[in-house]
Amino acid sequence: MKILRLAFKNLLRYKRRTLLTGLLIGVGVVAVIVFVGLSDAFKGAITGQITDSMLSHLQVHRKGYTASIDNLPLDRMLPAKAYAKLADMLAGDPAVEAFSPRIKFGAMLSNYAQTTNVRLNGVDPAREQAAAPLLASRIKDRTRDDAILAPGEVVLPEILAKGMDLKAGDTVVLVANNKDGSVNGMTFVVAGMVESLMGPGGRDGYMHIDDAAALLRMAETEISEVAVRVKHSEDVDAVAGRLQETLAPMKNQAGQPMFEVHTWKQLSPFFNVVRMIDLMTLGVQTILIAVVLISVLNVMMMSVYERVREIGTLAAMGTTPGRIMGLFVAEGFSLGLVSALSGAIVGIGILWVLNLSGVEVAFGGAGQVFTLEPAVSLGQVASAALIVVGISVLASLQPAAKAARLVPVDALRHI
Amino acid sequence: MDIVTFDNVSKIYQMGQVAVAALQEVTFAIPKGAFTALIGPSGSGKTTALNLIGCLDSPTRGEVTVAGQAVSRLDRRSGAEFRGRHLGFVFQDFNLLPVLTVYENVEYPLLMIRDQPKAQRRPAVERVLAAVGMADQAQKYPAQLSGGQKQRVAVARALVGTPDLVLADEPTANLDSHTAFLVIELMKQMRDAFGTTFVFSTHDPRIMEHAELTFRMEDGRLTNNGAAPPEEAIR
Repeated sequence: MKILRLAFKNLLRYKRRTLLTGLLIGVGVVAVIVFVGLSDAFKGAITGQITDSMLSHLQVHRKGYTASIDNLPLDRMLPAKAYAKLADMLAGDPAVEAFSPRIKFGAMLSNYAQTTNVRLNGVDPAREQAAAPLLASRIKDRTRDDAILAPGEVVLPEILAKGMDLKAGDTVVLVANNKDGSVNGMTFVVAGMVESLMGPGGRDGYMHIDDAAALLRMAETEISEVAVRVKHSEDVDAVAGRLQETLAPMKNQAGQPMFEVHTWKQLSPFFNVVRMIDLMTLGVQTILIAVVLISVLNVMMMSVYERVREIGTLAAMGTTPGRIMGLFVAEGFSLGLVSALSGAIVGIGILWVLNLSGVEVAFGGAGQVFTLEPAVSLGQVASAALIVVGISVLASLQPAAKAARLVPVDALRHI
Repeated sequence: MDIVTFDNVSKIYQMGQVAVAALQEVTFAIPKGAFTALIGPSGSGKTTALNLIGCLDSPTRGEVTVAGQAVSRLDRRSGAEFRGRHLGFVFQDFNLLPVLTVYENVEYPLLMIRDQPKAQRRPAVERVLAAVGMADQAQKYPAQLSGGQKQRVAVARALVGTPDLVLADEPTANLDSHTAFLVIELMKQMRDAFGTTFVFSTHDPRIMEHAELTFRMEDGRLTNNGAAPPEEAIR
């Protein structure tokens, strides 16, 4: 405590220099906190959009399905029995909030004048709503308030509907091949248009799972994928691991594993953006470390150089080299600590103001705008502050060691 | 009993290719409690002798003993600890810490070197400040003091830990003659009050006359060994 008190007094000896250096370090801390707050909010918002409106947290497929997922293969679906076992397992897992079976397939869409291709998901509307709760908010011109659609209805991708001049209430024909190659066609009423979203399945339409099974002439309903929503998003990897372990013993007739489990991170290209943001955060932190290191090193070297005679006096009076070193390290520590705390307070204040004013960002192909809620955890603030204080101490070690090594008789002669 | 002994001490500085002898085979002893002056012209070896006594430097040959301990080969840490326990220093330029008040400057050796608790420090600091007549200036900073006042504070700082020996290198060189006289008188009073041995260097004849014992040095050699102040000083 006495060393810290003396350190503060020595720092205040050169007020302007200390203030400028502290300001530089403080601004660095503010930049890190604001950047981390904004980037985490951005990641959270976009991740939420992707998982809550489309992918859900993880998906279970029949082994080999995802390798050819772009073809929407009908010959790699989960048989009804396998799905029943999986459904039992998911229903009994306390970490699972909801799951939704989907039949994914490609079809020809006709408005009687034009025809085009469309990718469709056959879903149980209530289950799908529970597994992807933001899906409903993506559907424009919905004809029902209680559900996203009903049997006999189809929700079409917005871009496709616009191109074909289709609107809610119009009748369309869907023609699809089943896995044996036979063709079937049925008429449906358009129940809304779903906005596009970046990533797999972002431009798919929706229909009822029973209609999909009927259109594909399935004797018993087979499932392309099961979307699973977990109660706590941070548990995704743990739940996926647990599911994989539990499902591993279930083999097909050839003795191969029956299922494969993927998290949204493995399915969505956005996860690379998340990693990119994490790398940028690391970059900003590295810049902060460099700023602190250079600033504190510079200040402490100046301080030792200007106080050589004073160091000689302290040594002559009997101050041990270790304590002289401690005095200068304490100055670096104090400078880092005060700057880090000030920066942290200002950074948190800026995030608070940003929260009040609202930060909007556009993401995805349909011009979706999200309002971010930037925030940092106590751990993140503490980590930034600890880095600054640690680097400050590290930067002051060399000048402090130089001060401790000064020969008293030479130091006293210094002019 | 002698508090300082020099036994055939030499100190040679290597200046590039040239060896310069600052002290040559010097032998002397200073008795405990003596008010002692090292006198002689600039470059005669006074400061070198004080540095050796103060464990700030090591002799090239010979042995220096201070307060009963051989100090010639102490390492830096041991030297610092020895100085902290046994020695006090008064410098020509006062060398007070500018960021500390008078009180804090005097308190420094007890706080940072001897790690004494506040209850012990406070009466010791107040006692020496009162003794040097600076008790009413305790909260001032060095920059607010005159040269004489600064040297009084320096004397108080040197004495606060009740050392065996106070070393003062030209303590009056930066003071006018009246203030110099007052400072020397103060040091003498402190010797009387605290029983501390004072050894100071000077080349000022008016200051020499106050010493009870003088060692004259010239070109690194001792030319008188523990004499009374020289005639020219007394006149």
